[in-house]
Amino acid sequence: MTRESQDQSNTYDDEVLNLDPNFKYEITKQTGGEKLLRCLQCGTCAGICPVFEVDERYDPQKIIKMALNGMRKELLSSELIWMCSTCYACNEYCPQDVMVADLMCAIQNIATRYGYPAPALEDKIQILKYHARTLPLDNFDNKKRLKLKLPSIEEKPQDITQIIENTGIERILENALTPVTNEIAGAVSEDRR
Amino acid sequence: MKYASFLGCTLPSRAHNYEASARLVGNKFGIELVDIFDFNCCGLPLKSAHFETYLAIAADNLAIAEAKGLPLVVFCNGCFGALSEANEHLKHNAKDRKMVNELLKPLGKEFNQGVKIIHFSRVLYEDVGIQRIKEEIVRDLKGIRIAPHYGCHYFRPGEVHENDENPKNPTSLDMLIEVTGATSISYEDMLQCCASPVLGTSEKIAVRIGKKKLDHIKAAGADLMVIHCPLCSIMYDQYQPTIEKQFNVEYKIPVLYYTQLLGLAMDFDPTELGLKKNKVKVNDLLAKIENIS
Ligand code: SF4
Ligand code: SF4
Repeated sequence: MTRESQDQSNTYDDEVLNLDPNFKYEITKQTGGEKLLRCLQCGTCAGICPVFEVDERYDPQKIIKMALNGMRKELLSSELIWMCSTCYACNEYCPQDVMVADLMCAIQNIATRYGYPAPALEDKIQILKYHARTLPLDNFDNKKRLKLKLPSIEEKPQDITQIIENTGIERILENALTPVTNEIAGAVSEDRR
Repeated sequence: MKYASFLGCTLPSRAHNYEASARLVGNKFGIELVDIFDFNCCGLPLKSAHFETYLAIAADNLAIAEAKGLPLVVFCNGCFGALSEANEHLKHNAKDRKMVNELLKPLGKEFNQGVKIIHFSRVLYEDVGIQRIKEEIVRDLKGIRIAPHYGCHYFRPGEVHENDENPKNPTSLDMLIEVTGATSISYEDMLQCCASPVLGTSEKIAVRIGKKKLDHIKAAGADLMVIHCPLCSIMYDQYQPTIEKQFNVEYKIPVLYYTQLLGLAMDFDPTELGLKKNKVKVNDLLAKIENIS
């Protein structure tokens, strides 16, 4: 998405020429993306977005425009799509009821399928699969719980292990290409507060 | 008042102060929290990666509550949003309901009608009620200025929550605060997000968003901030010293869970309310409260 990364890509011209007119329909078929075509590009979502307010490179209106224009690979491979804070302010204020936050989630799901998962997704899945929670619990935690008279909790991952094995989420990752790098963290423009 | 208690991932390991204070004040009002140790993660962490897996993990929890025939009480705004959305989605989408039930069948579970899901603050607000809470207030917090932070998923998106909270202008937390005698103040961009979901992808962006709220709260002259979500706590309490250091500013704004605040007004012991676990020190605040009467 950044100018630098475009320059590094020797297929950049092809990308621009090879717009995918079916991309928008692919999104409308994904849960959350159904209302994409209603967008009138009014900019209300960007105006209310807390992320856009501190870093204009994350612009929900522009992301929707790229989706409508069929900039498939450029959008799916962009680290920017993972910057949404899922605050739902855009959902509440969009005059066209596009459900922008859900739309972002739809784009993220498609990106994951096509080899551009969120950073550290694989680790997250493994922890959930074997601990049934994102923060594993051990005796140390339970000792601390006891001090505040809280009951001790045991991890019971059997059922979640089966669910994760059966939904196919791991196969999606196995077939995925190299994940995108997370370079945005170090690149926030210093002139914005 | 009996509820299946859904703790999620963060409370059991990182928010003992929230859990302990909620249990204490809840007990006083006859809120019976049934611990169900078969609950696991709400599914939210996988929603952006694979919607079906998120739905199935959420449905697993919802099916457990449904089988117990109890409403589900949730403490974390993230879990509250994720479970409410999955509950609504599965009630209305027969195809996905079939998909999750095929996954749940070998586990002996089933999602049928869905369940009633309620945030703990809403249990206090709706089921206990402001009048009843008032009867238990023994220490009037008159003169204390409090900045409420609702947290996005407590009230947005409006469609997935079965309550009367206005998604453009929520009021329940203000009313819960004011019943203690304290003043609930408004401040710039009051409904803005804590941005803790962005901490994992871009800490730099996230702390900038977090800082703005702390600036607004400081400018409004609040004695403390009140929250009711362990994820919001990560940004405003855990990260507050980091933000102070990084931007060379000073806030020292205590961040209390609502149940801790209510517990103080009900004269519970600060240590039992887990106040020693709050990262931003609360000593000055406690002294100020001590001097009220
Ligand atoms: S607010 Fe809605 S209609 Fe306006 S640009 Fe954003 S998504 Fe499109
Ligand atoms: S949900 Fe995402 S895109 Fe919408 S306003 Fe919040 S951060 Fe911005």
